Amino acid sequence: MMENDKAIEALTDIRSMMERSSKFISLSGLTGVFAGVFALAGAAAAYFYSAKSFGPDFLFGNLQEGQKTDVLTFYCVDALLVLILSVGFGILLSARKSRKTGQSVLDKTAVRMLVNLAVPLLTGGIFCIALIWHGIIGLVAPAMLIFYGLSLINASKYTIGDTRYLGYAEIVLGLTCCFFIGYGLVFWAVGFGVFHIAYGLFMYYTLEK
Amino acid sequence: MKNITAGFNKVFESKIRLGIMSSLYVNDSLDFSRLKELLDVTDGNLASHVHALEEAGYVFVNKQFIGRKPNTSYTITRNGRKAFQEHIQVLENIIKNI
Repeated sequence: MMENDKAIEALTDIRSMMERSSKFISLSGLTGVFAGVFALAGAAAAYFYSAKSFGPDFLFGNLQEGQKTDVLTFYCVDALLVLILSVGFGILLSARKSRKTGQSVLDKTAVRMLVNLAVPLLTGGIFCIALIWHGIIGLVAPAMLIFYGLSLINASKYTIGDTRYLGYAEIVLGLTCCFFIGYGLVFWAVGFGVFHIAYGLFMYYTLEK
Repeated sequence: MKNITAGFNKVFESKIRLGIMSSLYVNDSLDFSRLKELLDVTDGNLASHVHALEEAGYVFVNKQFIGRKPNTSYTITRNGRKAFQEHIQVLENIIKNI
């Protein structure tokens, strides 16, 4: 009996050590939930702003030049706010969780995860700026979803949970969105809002409860 | 009962050595300070356990200079990988055979 308990304890130690030394385990599922809520709020703000100014059936392509710039500026500020709030809450929650797991917030695994996340993400960000620059607004939302999905898949090797599958889902959604130009806002709200909340809750209840 | 624990590796009996082997098993190489941070042990303690694993031929020590600072990093050897796998197998057999 004693032998058995010892063996179980040793195997548990081995497993936790392998995870702790190679994966960033302090990412909380709640980060996803918060990011999703901010994204939905941001999408709602963008929708109401456009609907109020241009009617509920507005399509970006039908706007006049001057109106386009107004909407674009609002969208950019809106998206930036969502990003800042999400990342801010992410850092805050990770710091809180890392006190529990005993892993320091910015250790090697965290840095490795962030680098792997950042490379495709920044590429996507610059690509989106280029799209806006050339006036190809319809492809901005799909590009955001696709590049975000690729970033998640790339970073998933260094995180616990099934971040990979969230990445696949974002890519499928992004590619679908490419063929429904004009509905970018809806797809964006689903990908960054609904998916994040669903995945965050799933992760929170399976891994942290 | 005796058969099951045959092959139980004495070198891995300490918790710290198990920790060192576990983390080296999933990382290409780790340096001294990173191992120390992961295991939360003192310099002397870590050094002596790593030395024991090196003597057994399970860990390869790589000393080099990064700029002017000496840096010691550790890699698991092929034998170490095999011995650790066998050790895990023994632990699993113990659980299965109660």
